Amino acid sequence: MVDFELSPEIMAQREQLHMLAEHAMRPIAREYDEREHEKPWDFINMMWQLSKASDIGPGKEGKQDGKKKAVDSNRNLRTVIAVEELSWGDAGLYLSIPGPGLGGAAVQAVGTPEQKERFLSRFKGDKPVWSAMAITEPGAGSDSAAIQTTAVRDGDHWVLNGTKIFCTSGLMAGDPKNSNGFIVVWATVDRAAGRAGIKSFIVDAGTPGMTVAKCEDKLGIRASDTATLIFEDCRIPLDNILGSPEVPKTSEGFKGVMATFDATRPIVAASALGVGRAALDFVREELKKQGVEIRYGVAPSKLTAIERDFMDMETQLQAARLLTWRAAWMMDNGQKNNLEASMAKAKAGLVVTQVTQKAVEMLGPLGYSRQLLVEKWMRDAKINDIFEGTQQINMMIIARRILGYTSKELS
Amino acid sequence: MINFELDDEQKLIRETVIAFARDEIRPHAREADEKGSVPAALLQRGWDLGLVQNMIPEEYGGFGTEHSALTGAVIAEELAYGDLAIATHLLAPRLLTVPLLEFGSTELKSRLLPAFCGESFEPGSAAVVEPRFDFDPAAPATTLRREGDDYVVSGAKCYVPLGAQAKHLLVLAGLTNGDGAVHPQAIVVARDTPGLRVGEREKNMGLKALETTTLDLDACRVPRDQVLAVGDQAAMRRLANLWRVGVSAMAVGVARAAYDYAREYAKERRAFGQAIGQKQAIAFMLAEMAMEVDAMRLLVWEAAWKLDRHEDATREAYLARRYTSDVTLRIADNALQVLGGHGYIRDHMVELFLRNARGFATLEGLAIA
Repeated sequence: MVDFELSPEIMAQREQLHMLAEHAMRPIAREYDEREHEKPWDFINMMWQLSKASDIGPGKEGKQDGKKKAVDSNRNLRTVIAVEELSWGDAGLYLSIPGPGLGGAAVQAVGTPEQKERFLSRFKGDKPVWSAMAITEPGAGSDSAAIQTTAVRDGDHWVLNGTKIFCTSGLMAGDPKNSNGFIVVWATVDRAAGRAGIKSFIVDAGTPGMTVAKCEDKLGIRASDTATLIFEDCRIPLDNILGSPEVPKTSEGFKGVMATFDATRPIVAASALGVGRAALDFVREELKKQGVEIRYGVAPSKLTAIERDFMDMETQLQAARLLTWRAAWMMDNGQKNNLEASMAKAKAGLVVTQVTQKAVEMLGPLGYSRQLLVEKWMRDAKINDIFEGTQQINMMIIARRILGYTSKELS
Repeated sequence: MINFELDDEQKLIRETVIAFARDEIRPHAREADEKGSVPAALLQRGWDLGLVQNMIPEEYGGFGTEHSALTGAVIAEELAYGDLAIATHLLAPRLLTVPLLEFGSTELKSRLLPAFCGESFEPGSAAVVEPRFDFDPAAPATTLRREGDDYVVSGAKCYVPLGAQAKHLLVLAGLTNGDGAVHPQAIVVARDTPGLRVGEREKNMGLKALETTTLDLDACRVPRDQVLAVGDQAAMRRLANLWRVGVSAMAVGVARAAYDYAREYAKERRAFGQAIGQKQAIAFMLAEMAMEVDAMRLLVWEAAWKLDRHEDATREAYLARRYTSDVTLRIADNALQVLGGHGYIRDHMVELFLRNARGFATLEGLAIA
């Protein structure tokens, strides 16, 4: 039966995280935007302690395992609600929170029991640990099948060579000074095989041959590092490959790797919602101070331009939110959500970009000033329209699905 | 607990209505639009689905299913997917029966509802819109005033569906209180009430198969119990929200019809050696339509769900109403664009979808969830 009410358990968690966002993230949001490349260690350590008591990221518990699934059948929904709240606090700080993240999600999704034990158990320790996902290269972004990084077998090892860029939390996960983390690296074992030759490999922080070369200076989400990783004859154990080393005749294996996005896209959408809601809440409060209340139910001819703008922003955000909840709910219920995950991501990324830009405009001269956080939210928002598949890539996925085309037929 | 799945009964109703819209409504849509009327046999088959009788309690001759705005939204979307004008005609009786069920006295219900439980289609209607550019359903210019034990209604209405056929109509009027503020009220008015004059059939851009008329009310005297939920502003807000959800659900149906039509065309039509759907410019338009149809439906369902919980759904229903009328128009326009020159020709359905879609910004109270 259709129901839009969150369970009491999720509501309680949301309330807690909202307090945290308001009191632990907002006060330092500007500081770590201005001081890019400095790490909010106090916040990080606090979040590490908290995260041991709760689950605020993907990959913490088993979802492939049927028995465990019954125990936590709300996992994805709970995650998107949590991520919206934390991103309402600050999107850059949210991204800097230690935990399994995208790399852990990949291990969780396709790792063997032994790999899960070896790599995921370290997230239970006393010190913060990050993991990251390295896919993008200087010459391959959305076209991830075109990556050039190679993995060559040499006895008991894989040898990686290549350059990865735009790796979120790559510094925290890959540099042993920061954590005992790991990076999941996409590389090809057979360039001639195209997509079928692409495999993912787990590289421990501090493995010789892997260097964190630099961290990008960015438009927004500056509290989170975006690293370049260079692999020069980087040797890793043979059993650090995720999935089978065989190169299949078809690209089924690649599809499996891509399926990780079905879980992560709603999470990015949720982060977008949080930033958008931050801007919307702020505009509502400012309007209230000016004596302007939004009048729902008024005849269209009587609405002011400000009310129209505000209502458009609010409705767009709610539309994106419902698409996001649906995509997460489907995954929790074992339904394929590839189409719905892309819808949520494409819509939320676009909407938050527009909503935050409009918020800057509506606040007049103050909106443009660094006195307020609104201009920062606009800068932070834009990443959601780009990472985890640009808006255009997601529209392409939607188009292929609804038209029944392969990637060859529609590119 | 969050859940995006209809229950089994709703699924069954939906499947039935989907089949009816596909097999019965759509094949008649073009002809009905050109001729300006819905075939009587089609109306009868629609009546036989029981969509009006369903929610009327057994004591009045109905089937006694509980009224649900969400189920109503599902039905309205699917019927409107077939054709908006035919859907509006089929569901017009609900414009009267739903408010009666929600707010009518037992006496009034037992007097009027049995007529809607018979063997053949029984027209019903609501007169909501007024012929003024600044029409405001929250403050209608049609007046209602107390006179002894009765009430007196005066004013002018337009876009009254089945205005010349319905034996009873729900009329929206403003009751002026002592404080000078105008409060909307819904009044059941019999067509043969002295002072009530049904005007000419209107000639509209879309919804051409649907008979709509103007209505003049010149000091129409109605007994007190025909004024529904007097002084209950929450009830009138709820009524307005039921209208909003009904009309919005129909907008989703029209948008989906246009999107489906354009998508199928894009797979067939070839240009430059491939299907036009294989061109990004076209494919992205279709992807946006698919995404927005889903987004709109979720907004409508959320508002309907809130109504079913008897909570104030003004914000949700109002925002869904604004969004669906804007987005449906854009989707219908883009669908026509996908067909290019062919979209402009009446051999195809999309120009009809576009004309119908344009009505959503204007027409209030034409459907109820």
